[in-house]
Amino acid sequence: MITKYMSGPGGDKPRSDLRVYYTPSTNPLTITVQSSVYALFGESLKHQAKSICDQLDIDSGELMLEDYGALPFLVSARIEATLKKAFPELKTEVLPEMKEHSLYFSSRDRFRRSRLYLPGNQVKLMLNAGIHKPDGIILDLEDAVAPTEKEDTRFIVRNALRTLDFFGAERMVRINQGEMGLKDLEFVVPHNVHLVLIPKVESAEQLIAVDGKITEISKQCGRTTPVFLMPIIESGRGILKALEIAEASPNNVALAIGLEDYTADIGTKRTNEGTESFFARSMIVNAARAAGLQPIDTVFSDVDDETGLRESVREAKALGFDGKGCIHPRQILPLHEEFSPSEADVKKAKRIVLAFDEAESKGLGVVSLGSKMIDPPVVKRAQNTVNLAIATGMLRADWKTNN
Amino acid sequence: MRQKLNLVKNAAGRLVPTEINGKKQTPFQGVNKYKPTGHKAAPPIRSCTDYPADGNKVVNSLQDALKKCGLKDGMTISSHHHFRNGDLVMNQVFDIAADENVKGLRWFPSAAFPCHKPIIEHIKNGVVDWIEGSLNGPLGNYASQGGMRGTGVLRSHGGRWQAVQDGEVHIDIAVIAAPTADLFGNATGDRGPSACGLLGFGLVDSIYADKVIVVTDNLVPFPCIPWQIQGQNVDFVVVLDKVGEPEKIISGTTKLTKSPDRLHIAELTAKFVKESGIMKDAFSFQAGAGGTSLAFAIFLKEMMKDADIKARFIRGGSTKYLVEMLEEGLTDYILDGQTFDLDGVRSMRENSGHQDTSPFTSYNWHGKGNFASMLDVVVLGATEVDVNFNANVVTHSDGKMLHGIGGWQNCLFSKCTVLPIPAFRNRIPVIVDEVTTLVGPGELIDVIVTERGIAINPLRKDLIQATKNSGLPIRPIEDIKDEIDKLIGGPPAKPTLTDEVISVVKWVDGTVIDSIFKMKK
Repeated sequence: MITKYMSGPGGDKPRSDLRVYYTPSTNPLTITVQSSVYALFGESLKHQAKSICDQLDIDSGELMLEDYGALPFLVSARIEATLKKAFPELKTEVLPEMKEHSLYFSSRDRFRRSRLYLPGNQVKLMLNAGIHKPDGIILDLEDAVAPTEKEDTRFIVRNALRTLDFFGAERMVRINQGEMGLKDLEFVVPHNVHLVLIPKVESAEQLIAVDGKITEISKQCGRTTPVFLMPIIESGRGILKALEIAEASPNNVALAIGLEDYTADIGTKRTNEGTESFFARSMIVNAARAAGLQPIDTVFSDVDDETGLRESVREAKALGFDGKGCIHPRQILPLHEEFSPSEADVKKAKRIVLAFDEAESKGLGVVSLGSKMIDPPVVKRAQNTVNLAIATGMLRADWKTNN
Repeated sequence: MRQKLNLVKNAAGRLVPTEINGKKQTPFQGVNKYKPTGHKAAPPIRSCTDYPADGNKVVNSLQDALKKCGLKDGMTISSHHHFRNGDLVMNQVFDIAADENVKGLRWFPSAAFPCHKPIIEHIKNGVVDWIEGSLNGPLGNYASQGGMRGTGVLRSHGGRWQAVQDGEVHIDIAVIAAPTADLFGNATGDRGPSACGLLGFGLVDSIYADKVIVVTDNLVPFPCIPWQIQGQNVDFVVVLDKVGEPEKIISGTTKLTKSPDRLHIAELTAKFVKESGIMKDAFSFQAGAGGTSLAFAIFLKEMMKDADIKARFIRGGSTKYLVEMLEEGLTDYILDGQTFDLDGVRSMRENSGHQDTSPFTSYNWHGKGNFASMLDVVVLGATEVDVNFNANVVTHSDGKMLHGIGGWQNCLFSKCTVLPIPAFRNRIPVIVDEVTTLVGPGELIDVIVTERGIAINPLRKDLIQATKNSGLPIRPIEDIKDEIDKLIGGPPAKPTLTDEVISVVKWVDGTVIDSIFKMKK
């Protein structure tokens, strides 16, 4: 029996994607290309396929591409994934050029108001995701990807991290649970992922394992910048261990809750009022604050309901959350607007920051506003409020000199 | 079969034939350069005594009417496209011609739609030789493969009027499908079971054709008011059970886009109109149907409301979104060339601020001025734009002919032409070094808005100046092109085309601006 290996989505003519087939044989390598954009990219596709086979030392068998306008980094990922299914012992990686726009850094304290989930195998959704200016873009390897596609998706996410411009958004990946997740890390850590989301965390050990693996890979690939972590808690057990989880890794920057799984775990259903998750969400906020992390709320999943989204953000903000997940670019703006500070907040924060500047310029150790002494955390919060106001366009960056 | 055509280079540097379908052609000479002289064409002189004194021009059947019009080999039959994909009349006309064993007809529609696919069979069996008009869907595809005997001619809505007035196209029989008519031939599109709003595209046919047939499924007692088509121009009236399918007359082009990228482009476009100072009291704009244009109108409306600004007039293609602006007092008038949905039809029927127009008022090269050039800003689409701002709307980058011109070329004469377009579709870039087919000269195209930035034509120093401190992402067009070329793995290869001309593209003045070549198998 002849075994045929493939990579690619099902369905009729998957726009902006492709299917790759490979049949091993002892015959010299043949490459066949069908493409909806053949007149424009047929030759380019053939060259690319040949070059990948050369890099992997494949000189036999039949390789077939059925293309519907996929971008080169996706073509490369699917060819590599297919050939590695046929030859699992292949070690060489076929890496697209690391683009200059993929090299920027993140920082521990940056805003994480919005994080946009994108299935790791849906390239057409990723291409322009950054222009909608979410604080973070998540290429998902976990729940958004069908089990049969997971292996191929690692190659796609890796290539996307090297190729695509995220326009300043934090570059995030959600890995799978357990062993599979540790393997996922090999595909993202060397490629300037900024932050890894770890799903269904219930213990500190899970984080320690992820951290250990990241250290090991970083050493191998010469990565010196940290990989930030955002554990997602999605069960009763996880909630009860929230503080332990929050404190488990020095690379933790945020703690998130996933309510869909959580409510199922405690034997109830999500409601709009959210009474059933009040305890869990408060636990997340308290554990995160205790450990100096940003508490991050669950995803709002009804894309068409902007009013509901805004209400849900207001509620999250009132509970103490700093950010929320979203699944569609149109949710980003309402989310940012609702997380913005009020005019009164900004006014007060400006006065505190100016008072701090003045104290500093005078070499005073204590900041005071009128007759009131201002504690350092209050100054820090005021600076955050001012930064947020600048980021959301409420305040000019040069507000101190230009009123 | 088509003979080999003699090709010359026109003023835009494109190869065009000097003769098509036996008629001598003038190559494009540059924008506003070609001004023919002489007198316009005219229909034959008539006597009212040759028509029934009681005004009753109703005949028994469409077949009867066509026979009475003297249908014979080689004639030119025209029709309008206000029924869009819901037209039930024109397929019948050519079926009748086939039954009557008539051959070699030229069909001269203002546009053809997928519902006219059966006419491909009539091309194959010799009833129809070729089609001159905007070709959408299967007919465009068939013509791209060189299926027509005779060279296709793509014209703008205004160019169609110009061609008739020039005598370049002589219409033997005009078939005007009308949602409501009286026995005298007065007709309107704003009411009746197949209401389509107006009949402006058929106006030139009614005035200049040798014979005019009005076909309706809603005969009302004389007088039919309003009379968008005047019975004085009509020879025969035919009553059918059904002339159009309303749900297809109201086409999918009115669906608002849900694509976040398209919405982003639409919003950027509206912001540009605002920040450039074009959006001011008593201004005017035109935005077509199609998801991005509709979204643009919605964003602009919110900005107008916030700034307390009111337009004097909006040019349609009307949709419920424009109608809402009229009804909410955000514009004094809609000057409408076609209605895209039932709200548009209702508004035109009921609101005196909603005026029907025709290409004569807005688009005609031989008119004594045009509304189109009075517009402050027009928002249009394109399949390709090149780094010199030349644009293409009729072919895809692989050379396939798929779209008509519509009013697109005519609209370029507005004070500011903005093309909101995605920077790439699939793997295909929209900004290229040179357009596959030249339809609009770059000197008339002012602004390109993509999700990756806004490019302003360097000729428009005023717009560059006006938006300098707007915070909008304004970039050189070459920059956006480079960014996309890198993403798609380098610019695409040029499609291999044969040297056989399957269609020409006319400029608004009747000269030939470019040729469409047959694709290599």
